[in-house]
Amino acid sequence: MKAFSLIHILDRGAVLFLVLLGAFAVAIPVLNLLVPASSSLHVSTYLVALFGKYVCYGLLALSIDLIWGYAGILSLGHGAFFALGGYAMGMYLMRQIGTRGVYGNPVLPDFMVFLNWHELPFFWYGFNHFIYAALMILLVPGLLAFVFGWFAFRSRVTGVYLSIITQAMTYALLLGFFRNNFGFGGNNGLTDFKDILGFNVQVETTRNALLVTSCLALALGFLICRAIVTSKFGKVLVAIRDAESRTRFLGYRVEAYKLFVFTLSACMAGVAGALYVPQVGIINPGEFAPANSIEAVIWVAVGGRGTLTGAVLGAFVVNYAKTYFTSGVLAPYWLFMLGGLFIGTTLLMPRGIIGTLKYGFDQRAARSAAAEDGVETGAAPPAATPHAAE
Amino acid sequence: MIDKQTTSALLYLDGISVSFDGFKALNELSLVVEPGEMRAIIGPNGAGKTTMMDVITGKTRPDSGDVFFQEGAYDLSKLDETEIAMLGIGRKFQKPTVFDMHTVEDNLNLALMNDRSVRATLLWQSSAAQEKRIDEVLDTIRLKAVRSRVAGSLSHGQKQWLEIGMLLAQEPKLLLVDEPVAGMTDVETMQTAELLKEINATKTVVVVEHDMAFVRELGVKVTCLHEGSVLAEGTIDQVSTNDRVVEVYLGR
Repeated sequence: MKAFSLIHILDRGAVLFLVLLGAFAVAIPVLNLLVPASSSLHVSTYLVALFGKYVCYGLLALSIDLIWGYAGILSLGHGAFFALGGYAMGMYLMRQIGTRGVYGNPVLPDFMVFLNWHELPFFWYGFNHFIYAALMILLVPGLLAFVFGWFAFRSRVTGVYLSIITQAMTYALLLGFFRNNFGFGGNNGLTDFKDILGFNVQVETTRNALLVTSCLALALGFLICRAIVTSKFGKVLVAIRDAESRTRFLGYRVEAYKLFVFTLSACMAGVAGALYVPQVGIINPGEFAPANSIEAVIWVAVGGRGTLTGAVLGAFVVNYAKTYFTSGVLAPYWLFMLGGLFIGTTLLMPRGIIGTLKYGFDQRAARSAAAEDGVETGAAPPAATPHAAE
Repeated sequence: MIDKQTTSALLYLDGISVSFDGFKALNELSLVVEPGEMRAIIGPNGAGKTTMMDVITGKTRPDSGDVFFQEGAYDLSKLDETEIAMLGIGRKFQKPTVFDMHTVEDNLNLALMNDRSVRATLLWQSSAAQEKRIDEVLDTIRLKAVRSRVAGSLSHGQKQWLEIGMLLAQEPKLLLVDEPVAGMTDVETMQTAELLKEINATKTVVVVEHDMAFVRELGVKVTCLHEGSVLAEGTIDQVSTNDRVVEVYLGR
């Protein structure tokens, strides 16, 4: 007996998304590595890293959509989980530098030598092993989300109050990570990475491999999300989103559902952050800034919440616009544009890009179905006012 | 605190008091509902009808008094909403509350008596027995023709029925139904009375309602609440001719 029905998980939109993502993951490395730089089709290595970054943002957006779009949990601090995953990866990359650092210390990263530390803090143990680091990438954000969610959801903190405390959480981490004695490089963060799994992070092939890995992670995250939202569990999530107390009176343990999905979402955000760091070459406390988390929520709103594919599309579109506008004369106005985009989406297209398209298709399908069997509607006995709903 | 009560009642409320910021919503309220009974609760606004439902379903904790379920086997004042729902107490809200984005069928599916754990819903598979049960409930609430429509597109009356159907799918021992005919047409009101009588054949029902024609149609024992306690109890004729009831509720 199959637990999940593939037909449900892979509807037409999902297949299209995976095909496009696959084509992207093949085309970019081919155009970068195999097409000569003189050709107009050549994709520069700069763009490869940029696209890799977008894919990681896409995974972050996906994780936000899972909790916001389906369970109605608006986290304005999801950047914290992203950054924690990023730091875990950064710690691994720092320990790979070894004697190649400025001070040549085989164990201590440069910033520790600079701060006159003589021993590696205990929480840096084990990060020289990739497997351990990979485990921490999932575990640290997951554990924080679990503990945070445990208290928040059991106390029935919902809506705007929950959003505010998630902001407070990421802000507290921002302040902590800024401190030198916190042990994560203070405001400079972690940088000057050399290799990952023995491959130089600066070379083209590694960058392409990181892009492909990010695409695979995004595809996997997408499949997990699809499996969840198409299961009965997903239906319970939507039920919680739309009528929480009704769900509770039906006998569902609402807090357990929220906790599960929130923790899973944090793990996904952690993976996104971990893949992001080697591609941008640095992780610093700025990643914890509340504004980053809010920006990520805007991507989801623009693409369409509760659609999954929309979240990824939103992350790509908004970040492409950001790259485009912040590198020209319009750079000082970018934040105004972002704000305008958010307000415009909320007012004019509250379903977002994909949400609006989907709604249009559904309406058309419903109309043609109604035209086919016009007798059906309103014939049910208790429906004395069948048109009251319209 | 009295120990487990020896009572034959399905629902046993004794001396319940609840106050909100000094306002006594319930004042030494006592009510006994026997298994298989249907009880109608009437009373003016603010009499404490909804607060009483809140106390029974664990939404509100009583300041004092006892709430026992199933011959005194369970003390409801110590359990939360989820635990009480799983014991077999289903509740219909005053304002019809269904899952608007789900189809009628999915609404019932979510309500079906099943393992409610995270793991179980993640791995859930539909079965023939469950499909059959959903069909039965759809027949009872007469919504078979709209089974695949989203609940948000139903009329007000249909939503009320769907919510009653969800209660049925839950297989409760006791149904608490808060104002089931509010906003319904006369025909729908009479159909709802029929439906509740049908349900009462197998389950215990407590109905809160303002509509006296509906209460009369039910033809069951009536309890009139006023200012948080029981004012009168008896048949509809006894209660509606009671001087105090006429004075505070029905009007002369």
